[in-house]
Amino acid sequence: MKLKDLTFKGGVNVPHHKELTEKLPLERAMEPEIVAIPLHQHTGAPCEPLVKVGDTVKVGQKIGESQAFVSAPVHSSISGTVKSITPMAIPTGLTVNCVVIESDGKNEIHESVKPKGSLEELSSKEIIGIIKEAGITGMGGAGFPTHVKLSPPSDKKIDTIIINGAECEPYLTADHRLMVEEPKKIVFGLKAIMKAVGAEKGIIGIESNKPNAIEALMDASKNEKNITIISLRPKYPQGDEKRLINVTLGRIVPSGGLPMDVGAVVSNISTTKAIAEAIIEGKPLYERAVTITGSGIKEPKNLIVKIGTSFKDVIEQCGGFNEGAPGKIIMGGPMMGLSQYTIEVPVIKGSGGILVLTEEEAKPIPMGPCIRCGRCVDVCPVNLQPLYLSNYSLRGKFDKTEKFHVLDCVECGSCSYVCPAKRPLAESIRVAKREIIAKRKKAK
Amino acid sequence: MDSKVLNTSKAKDAALENMLLVSSSPHIRSNESIQRIMLDVIIALTPAAIGSVYFFGLNALKLILISIASSVFFEAVTQKAFKKPVTINDLSAVITGILIAFNLPASAPWWLPIMGTAFAIIIVKQFFGGLGSNFMNPALAARAMLLTSWPTHMSTFTGTRPDVVASATPLAIMKHGTAAGSELPKLMDMFIGNIPGAIGETSSLLLLIGAAYLIIRQVIDWKIPVFYIGTTFIMLLLLGVETELLPYHILGGGLILGAFYMATDYASSPVTPMGRVIFGIGAGILTALIRVKGGFPEGVSYSILLMNIATPLIEKFTTPKVFGEVK
Repeated sequence: MKLKDLTFKGGVNVPHHKELTEKLPLERAMEPEIVAIPLHQHTGAPCEPLVKVGDTVKVGQKIGESQAFVSAPVHSSISGTVKSITPMAIPTGLTVNCVVIESDGKNEIHESVKPKGSLEELSSKEIIGIIKEAGITGMGGAGFPTHVKLSPPSDKKIDTIIINGAECEPYLTADHRLMVEEPKKIVFGLKAIMKAVGAEKGIIGIESNKPNAIEALMDASKNEKNITIISLRPKYPQGDEKRLINVTLGRIVPSGGLPMDVGAVVSNISTTKAIAEAIIEGKPLYERAVTITGSGIKEPKNLIVKIGTSFKDVIEQCGGFNEGAPGKIIMGGPMMGLSQYTIEVPVIKGSGGILVLTEEEAKPIPMGPCIRCGRCVDVCPVNLQPLYLSNYSLRGKFDKTEKFHVLDCVECGSCSYVCPAKRPLAESIRVAKREIIAKRKKAK
Repeated sequence: MDSKVLNTSKAKDAALENMLLVSSSPHIRSNESIQRIMLDVIIALTPAAIGSVYFFGLNALKLILISIASSVFFEAVTQKAFKKPVTINDLSAVITGILIAFNLPASAPWWLPIMGTAFAIIIVKQFFGGLGSNFMNPALAARAMLLTSWPTHMSTFTGTRPDVVASATPLAIMKHGTAAGSELPKLMDMFIGNIPGAIGETSSLLLLIGAAYLIIRQVIDWKIPVFYIGTTFIMLLLLGVETELLPYHILGGGLILGAFYMATDYASSPVTPMGRVIFGIGAGILTALIRVKGGFPEGVSYSILLMNIATPLIEKFTTPKVFGEVK
């Protein structure tokens, strides 16, 4: 079954720019000679290294782990020797301990990497255990450990799993390609999540600008009575999980609440595929699909890149930068991605894209006064009033922003995008959120 | 305003890193700009401006040009005096100039628009912080000021025929009866603008063409004008105005000009969707009350000005419910 073009209130129509890479099949990136695998690329506790300098490691070998529940282990993406364990910059802006491994060029697979059995045989506990051991985290960017998300408190009954195939960020096509090329794995991953949390229903929501993805998944799920493919109107931020739940199920996640509060769990396409591979092949999360794109890149590509490969290596494989200087390098999409100050950072589990904007595109636009046109109010998917929030934040009146529900902001950036005066709305609102959260933590 | 971008810093170190711009997302912006919005409004006002010259002659053109020039001049001079960046390129002063001229009778002396724009730009707009910060529509405030200060100049309307020196507007005729010396014009003349009145307000047709353009370009929200005119219509009915006179009320006076071009002024109308509805309804009720029960034949400008003042309050009560908010 397929419903046509559902959508939510607010949001913006952004130029997609997906034509650069949407038709390019995923290809394997070159084997990196050296990788730097961060021990902390997820929300939660950082991992302790399980290896020491001089150790030899194999592909898929666990090299870092934490005893904390909210954490995810990390695995080696190549075989070789541990050169150092040292703090390095990662694309999230943090400096964290990284295990630097030099490749021996053999790509030997670790003995722990073996099929885990069929879905019928595995219990829900076992599936969650496999996901945890495979180090799977939300690969849409937030990096929340998936096994935690799939272990809701017993009073929260989950009835529906929603797979987020919206990929509403402009430029990015990695999820799109996965849907087209690996639809069976995505359906398998969805069934695994459904079994893990005991949900009866599965939904895959896809923006209608990816008809071949819809077709591929319809075909792959034609024998699954409990799985529905839903076509969504391409609009940003369609892939925000609260929007997606609202559109596909008609449920409203309460302010400050989580999807589980309305009986739903949302999972990203890459994450779902990683879950499938963790069960079918026993493969931990040590590589991922990345879209390398933007007008600043010579040959945009969709690559399967090993975690720990430096942005620099990946960019070189795509022909390097176009004529002229790159203006901005972003991990993720242009609406919510993180701009980088160096390309000496590793690809991590949350790196869905590397976007290079030209100097011209990246040039800051001078801002003018707020003319109160109200466009930011119209587009806010959460019904906030960004003009006032931003004004209070810029004046340092963070308490006021709290009264105006600043913490409900999903930081989608739609307000800044539409603002004709080019005011830093989302940017300043983000500052207010951080200030309030920091203050709350301090008070505790 | 500072033209600095928040959180933007050029990274140091190596050559490439010197070039990379680091800033908070989003990293792309729409093509919208203040100037483009203002230009759209000017484009929308152009048919009515041309119409005013056609109906009222070269004096209309003279008033429009003086008004635009003085408006831009006062904006630049005030900003210079306040040591602020001069922002006449945003074109907002041009719009104020056009709107003030549109509110003048064709017989107005040349200095009247200069008085009007000085008041609108210096006092109403710049004293309160410039573009976006004015709590009243500058053009309407100027009209109210001119009407109070030079009532004769402001209400001596010439007809569209040059041989008629003074004639009454349709609203004045309805207010004071045909004793005022004139008959009500044909409705078709009212629609296309061939009637006595302020130079820019008489042609409903040309104003509506511009308004349609603004709505299609999403420069203005349809809610304020539609609820404003709709409420005026219903209120006039409730107040017992004869049905055959209703079209004269809607097409006559400044209702169309006010509803589409002045009540929709961003700075002085609510930003909340519900607030815009209430703003329109409020202005409609006031307009009908002033026209039927008040002393003046026309009530559009005072209605909008009163609603401008109520805007912060309206916004306070119409804050939209946040998604997922449980009250």
